[in-house]
Amino acid sequence: MAYLTTHPDVVPVVSYRFGKGAVDIDRYIELEGYSSVRKCLEMEPDAIINEMKTSGLRGRGGAGFPTGMKWSFVPKQSAKPKYVLVNGDESEPGTCKDRLIFEYDPHSVIEGTMIAGLAIGAKMGFIYLRGEYRYLINIMEKAVAAAYAKGFLGKGIFGSQHDFDVVVQTGAGAYEVGEESALMESLEGKRGVPRIKPPFPAVVGLYGGPTVINNAETLASVPHIFRIGAAEYAKLGTERNGGTRLFCISGHVEKPGVYELPMGYNLKKMIYEVAGGILGGKKLKAVVPGGSSVPVLLPDEIDIGMDFDQVAKAGSMLGSGGVVVLDESVCMVEFALRTIKFYRHESCGWCIPCREGTDWLQKSLTRLHMGGAVDKDINNIQYIAENMLGRTFCPLGDAAAMPTIGFVKKFRKEFEDHLNGKGCPYHPAADYELATV
Amino acid sequence: MAAEKTTIFSPELAARFDRLVTLYPVKRSALIPMLLYAQDEVGYISDAVVAEVAERIGIAELDVRNVVSYYSLMRTKLVGKYHVQVCTNIACMLRGGNELLHHCSQRLGIGNKQTTADGVFSLEEVECIGACSWAPAVQVNYDFHENLTTELMDKVLDEYRAKASK
Repeated sequence: MAYLTTHPDVVPVVSYRFGKGAVDIDRYIELEGYSSVRKCLEMEPDAIINEMKTSGLRGRGGAGFPTGMKWSFVPKQSAKPKYVLVNGDESEPGTCKDRLIFEYDPHSVIEGTMIAGLAIGAKMGFIYLRGEYRYLINIMEKAVAAAYAKGFLGKGIFGSQHDFDVVVQTGAGAYEVGEESALMESLEGKRGVPRIKPPFPAVVGLYGGPTVINNAETLASVPHIFRIGAAEYAKLGTERNGGTRLFCISGHVEKPGVYELPMGYNLKKMIYEVAGGILGGKKLKAVVPGGSSVPVLLPDEIDIGMDFDQVAKAGSMLGSGGVVVLDESVCMVEFALRTIKFYRHESCGWCIPCREGTDWLQKSLTRLHMGGAVDKDINNIQYIAENMLGRTFCPLGDAAAMPTIGFVKKFRKEFEDHLNGKGCPYHPAADYELATV
Repeated sequence: MAAEKTTIFSPELAARFDRLVTLYPVKRSALIPMLLYAQDEVGYISDAVVAEVAERIGIAELDVRNVVSYYSLMRTKLVGKYHVQVCTNIACMLRGGNELLHHCSQRLGIGNKQTTADGVFSLEEVECIGACSWAPAVQVNYDFHENLTTELMDKVLDEYRAKASK
């Protein structure tokens, strides 16, 4: 069972109701639930969006786009209906935070979706969860049914003039569907292949209507912003990075877990104090700070604040908040291979640089790992990855290329050590690896 | 009319599908949930499932198959009663996911994407299942098992084995 881990530095905002029985709608209401959407019903849409801008909330899915600004891009007038989409297709390796929100505070997602709907003038929202999260789909469906039963959803919500419907949708196993336009395709009952942009979803989205799509944690944060006040929320974080976020710490630490910490929290402190340091007192080798698609950081690069701007300045990305910690025993070629194997599997195959690039990278990295690689393989890996960057319709190509470039650049010596004709000098290719290629 | 139609699904599931297609502005939006819920009941997406789902949505069978082939949770063959899905992606790999997969393979006597002769277990190496902070993790059907060791994995398998023989 997934659970939130505590530490004295944890600041519970989005996790404020976790472990308090808030799955039950009455308990949720007791804990100030559905009070924010009531407030928003009294506000002009522009005022809601301004509050969001003041909060400094930035997208928790990975890109870190300011949420208020995203909402402001939706045209006021539209011939087609507008929609709000909740991206709960959490699939970035290293990320396991949205799960907790659906499990412990499903109504906060519904309430955030409603507020987004009021802000952009949408009457319908979809909550899309990855198919593997079946038990959470059941929780969400019950929560939505409870909200309908109270008259919070449906016609004339809370006795107002506004209508709002919410549908919970299941995915069926596809990382690519976490990309916003691919998610819309999936929701329209098609293969999850991304769309060409522009037009952007804010103008032409689901069923061709203007659409706001936000990560589940982003939308679950919205009611809390109106609960504690946008300015107060902003103050919890750092400049241009308001609030807190759920950091998922995994890998070689003593206390892996999901911790809610202020934006800008020091990464080194997060690893050594919050997560209890490196497992078994070993030495730190590397940190992947924002899910598997971001460039790796070395031990001397982690004395940084975990907000979008500071991590970017350090040459990586805050991404989805998945902090993967690697100790000295890890072979970086093996790690790079496992990373790329995932992206090769998940590439939808539409753009050639991504489809062929991930395949070539996997083959080259496999040669290095298993033996038989030649000198030029290392440069080839870098060359292929660099040529994938920015040359695909969606960011999956970049997501595969960026970490790969980082691994080669920062651990070139290790890659060269694999050129002995025998493959991995650290972990000789184990016979337990089941051939799946 | 619809009431006259025969269905391969249970009355409950058929009723659920009747409602599902009314939820969306476009009927086809019901396709993916319908296929997955049908698979849960039938065990896999059979030709009969494809045919009935295509009929219910009002699209060609080819369009349905085109979608089925894209999504990794959808399958066109039966798997074991308990489908053991071992994650070996980075976070699980660092905490012993590969060893766990190997262990399951040995213990069950089957390789990746194979089913035991009695049809009770099947094994699959899967990508990240969103349990990174509780790695290594395994999903058996839709149930998560986390913070596993080979000993704990044996217990999990024994429990399912016992359930199967009931």
